[in-house]
Amino acid sequence: MATPNHSYALAAPTLKNLEKEYPLNVPEQKAIIDRILETYCDVPGGLMVILNEIQSRVGFISQPVQEYVARVLNVPVSAIHGVVTFYSFFTTEPRGDHTLKFCMGTACYVGGTPQLIQKAEQILGTKTGRTTPDGKITLEVCRCVGACSQAPVVVVDEQLYGRLRPSKLPALIREITKASSNSSGE
Amino acid sequence: MPFINSLTELVHLQEEILQRKREEITSQPFRDGGPEKFAPLALRADQELDAPRGKEIRVVLRNCTLIDPESLDDYIAEDGYQALATVLTKMTPEEVIDTISRSGLRGRGGAGFPTGRKWQLTRNSAGSPKYIICNADEGDPGAFMNRRVLEGDPHSVLEGMAIAAYAIGASQGYIYCRAEYPIAVRTLNIAIQQARAYGLLGKNVLASGFSFDVELRMGAGAFVCGEETALIASIEGRRGEPRPRPPFPAVSGLWGNPTCINNVETFANVPQIILTGPDWFAAMGTEKSKGTKTFALAGDVNHTGLIEVPLGITLREIVYDVGEGIKKNKALKAIQTGGPMGGCLPASMIDLPVDYESLTAAGSIMGSGGMIVMDEETCMVDIARFFMEFIQEESCGKCTPCRVGTHSMLEILTRICNGEGVDGDIEELERLCKVTKTHSLCGLGQGAPNPVESTIKHFRHEYEAHIYRKECPAKVCRALIRYEIVPETCTGCTVCAKNCPIGAINGERRNPHLIDQEICIRCGICIQTCNFGAILALTGEQN
Repeated sequence: MATPNHSYALAAPTLKNLEKEYPLNVPEQKAIIDRILETYCDVPGGLMVILNEIQSRVGFISQPVQEYVARVLNVPVSAIHGVVTFYSFFTTEPRGDHTLKFCMGTACYVGGTPQLIQKAEQILGTKTGRTTPDGKITLEVCRCVGACSQAPVVVVDEQLYGRLRPSKLPALIREITKASSNSSGE
Repeated sequence: MPFINSLTELVHLQEEILQRKREEITSQPFRDGGPEKFAPLALRADQELDAPRGKEIRVVLRNCTLIDPESLDDYIAEDGYQALATVLTKMTPEEVIDTISRSGLRGRGGAGFPTGRKWQLTRNSAGSPKYIICNADEGDPGAFMNRRVLEGDPHSVLEGMAIAAYAIGASQGYIYCRAEYPIAVRTLNIAIQQARAYGLLGKNVLASGFSFDVELRMGAGAFVCGEETALIASIEGRRGEPRPRPPFPAVSGLWGNPTCINNVETFANVPQIILTGPDWFAAMGTEKSKGTKTFALAGDVNHTGLIEVPLGITLREIVYDVGEGIKKNKALKAIQTGGPMGGCLPASMIDLPVDYESLTAAGSIMGSGGMIVMDEETCMVDIARFFMEFIQEESCGKCTPCRVGTHSMLEILTRICNGEGVDGDIEELERLCKVTKTHSLCGLGQGAPNPVESTIKHFRHEYEAHIYRKECPAKVCRALIRYEIVPETCTGCTVCAKNCPIGAINGERRNPHLIDQEICIRCGICIQTCNFGAILALTGEQN
């Protein structure tokens, strides 16, 4: 009843395709991925660990990377793709330099996250789930970050900003973009 | 680095640590800001965790804010790992299980299964090796009790796991922590390394012949992974989809072997029960629900944050004594317990005792311990919609009742909130609730209808107001309200006009402003930014 073999065969990776794709053709990035695979390939149930590591070190898990991981671990690409698409932390596309995550926990929702999102979308001219055209800021909503006593909360990269009002957002975003242009100037 | 070989050595080390701390205090009393630095550490309390108030009793949170979570010495100074040492040297596994059973401890993840019985079942199951899993995938929005324990007192969880491992005969444990908690992950990793270095984890713990090690695994943002069979699938490196039970994990869990899964808070209780005795623990709480429970009190109370109260306490005592009443003296409308699969209890049930049975009977659940207090400005239909949106997104899609049921319910709720509700919607919601509840595979689907069912039961008039009169009594649902500026009160300060995201507010400085209803998207930013209360929200007849 399932359609196992031919979809597997279609998705089987070929080296020729792999070489064209970022980040596997950036030597440093590929070295990172290889090291991760080497470290965790023998850990029981290590796929989650491997994908978590790639996501946090490389930033995203694109289709070619999934194919590469499948080849090294000797499992069907469909299995990897299934896991990557199941969990919301794994992304298949690169993100902006900074990520603005709006907490959608109950306390934050009641405390005004919808208004914050509206304001941020207006300032940045983008939508949630998207990245600004200059690739600097990605807007996202996320699950409760557990900082409910400071609702509403916005998480910028790993830094948490609590009790945020829409009127404070422009300053915050200015600060982020400034930090971003400073660091890229280095 | 001291390597501890016995209970005696552990007690000896504790003495040394305490002596060292005393010397530190007496030798430099007036440096670094003087004696305050060494004042009771409750001074370090923060926005989340304050000094206990009302009827609070701290068992699980006893060390949080008082010790340095990255210092094993601090934990040992507070009798840390003595329970484990006692268990390993003086008790048989059966005695440990008996002690936990007699204490009446029940699973703190929400379902309230007796912990002693779970351990016994896993111990009795054939199959080897056996595994211990700590469920630290605390995903309920509005709940952060487990995060605080992991960040503030990680060793208490490790010690509880080691005791459980000894009781059921496991030698490997896993902690499954959600990826949204990077600090908890870091703190736990430090704690695991320290415990290994001291000989409290690893091979031949405390030279007793018992071996136990712990590995930390991270989730990746899937709410359903808090369900035990989904969690096991995730640790195995697969999609986190639940499977039917039985077989329960106690019989066939991780890699098909007997597995005992307990919540963070359950494990954190264990060392205290061993040290202080089951009778002390059983003396707290009600007949069927013993001990204390942590709650994350959030929403419209004056004092939000973490609390730990004996079970059986009433909601009134939590809201008005511990939480110090409703913000701005507004009226209490509802209390939401148990996270997205819990229910909304109306203000009239304020004297309900908080224990597993009473909450279930009232149409809510204990859940992991989120408690959100809502005042009169909360729209219950909107809240039901909010939770349904959450559940619908997090439904893994494996079973049809949950996948389609939550989707259909969300559709109807969204329609009602948009002012497009029709006659019969409430009845259809009730029918969908029943089907989803009885036919879903796991706790997520079975609990999904709770927010809708409880709000229909207790706040039916709000649904009716939305559907038949097209008004939102709490003035929340955008399609049913509009904002207006009172010309007499408006000072023309231009703050609202500056903050309006779509430029719908016009007016000269120092002259009353006007909202262009054609453009206004009813985001409510203006009403939040106005310093003079000059903007009103109107609904229904007034609209």
